[in-house]
Amino acid sequence: MGFIDTFFRRRSSGTMAKDRLKLVLVSDRASCSPETMEMIKNDIIEVISKYMEIDTQGLDIQITQTETEEGNGNGPALYANIPIKEVRFHR
Amino acid sequence: MSEVIVITSGKGGVGKTTTTANIGTGLAKMGKKVVMIDTDIGLRNLDVVMGLENRIVYNLVDVIEGNCRIKQAMIKDKRYSNLFLLPSAQTRDKSSVSPEQMKKLVDELREEFDYILLDCPAGIEQGFKNAISGADRALIVTTPEVSAIRDADRIIGLLEANDLKRIDLVINRIRMDMVKRGDMMSVEDVIDILAIDLIGVVPDDESIVVATNEGEPLVGKDTQAGKAFENICHRILGEKVPFMEFDVDGIFKKIIGLFKRGY
Repeated sequence: MGFIDTFFRRRSSGTMAKDRLKLVLVSDRASCSPETMEMIKNDIIEVISKYMEIDTQGLDIQITQTETEEGNGNGPALYANIPIKEVRFHR
Repeated sequence: MSEVIVITSGKGGVGKTTTTANIGTGLAKMGKKVVMIDTDIGLRNLDVVMGLENRIVYNLVDVIEGNCRIKQAMIKDKRYSNLFLLPSAQTRDKSSVSPEQMKKLVDELREEFDYILLDCPAGIEQGFKNAISGADRALIVTTPEVSAIRDADRIIGLLEANDLKRIDLVINRIRMDMVKRGDMMSVEDVIDILAIDLIGVVPDDESIVVATNEGEPLVGKDTQAGKAFENICHRILGEKVPFMEFDVDGIFKKIIGLFKRGY
């Protein structure tokens, strides 16, 4: 508090609270444990690997909030970022 | 037509009982016939907040078990003859009552009262399930803190899962000076996170502590919290009341400020 903080504007604790809450609630609402997320991740790797070679280390999945089209609140969404190494063609 | 409102929060100590006492008193003051039921079996408190602790003879469990009639257990308020309290039992536990029994009791009371307020215990176990079973709508009380909001979110999910569609939010104990400094989440922040309708904002007010000490609800009194609770009552009745602006310095400094500026 006070003089130093006003100069070196720290992130306000109110904003921190809001950001932390948003993250906590996403996983609370999805009721997805880290174990479940790991299982989903492994299954995704297995399925995608049938068709293309992917970077399993760089793969990142998370449940996030998205604005719905109707604009009536946020909906949870499964976000996956899967870097591809090489595409295999099966004909 | 009567309405059954459950006042709940998930987290304890955010002001459910104070809110119930003030809304009950406020609605009675506006001429409605109201009964408040303390459903927190084993930890009763609504009686002391209302200042009616010396008048208890029978309690909720006595009524449920058929030891007395409903009329015998209901305590008439000191201030309003159309306000009643059905106290909880202190020496029993939550399993003494089932959701079905609670619903039956509430439905019986509907015939006589305009509003039936259910003061819900903290938590999401048996006591919570009992309290919500007969309700038409819910008021969620929260404070602008991470723990209270997280629990409120969980409660909202459970209420929706139980098909309780009308859910309104009361933000209690907000400190505008801290919000201004950025050290407390604002009303907008809380609504943004919980995404339900706001029905009232009650500022953190010393007069609440005094009122509880005296066992006198402060709804309608000339304090910020008193006015905030009065506004909530009007909104429950379906009236449109603008949300008041809480000044950091309080109303008196604001008036003096106006004179100083020569308006």
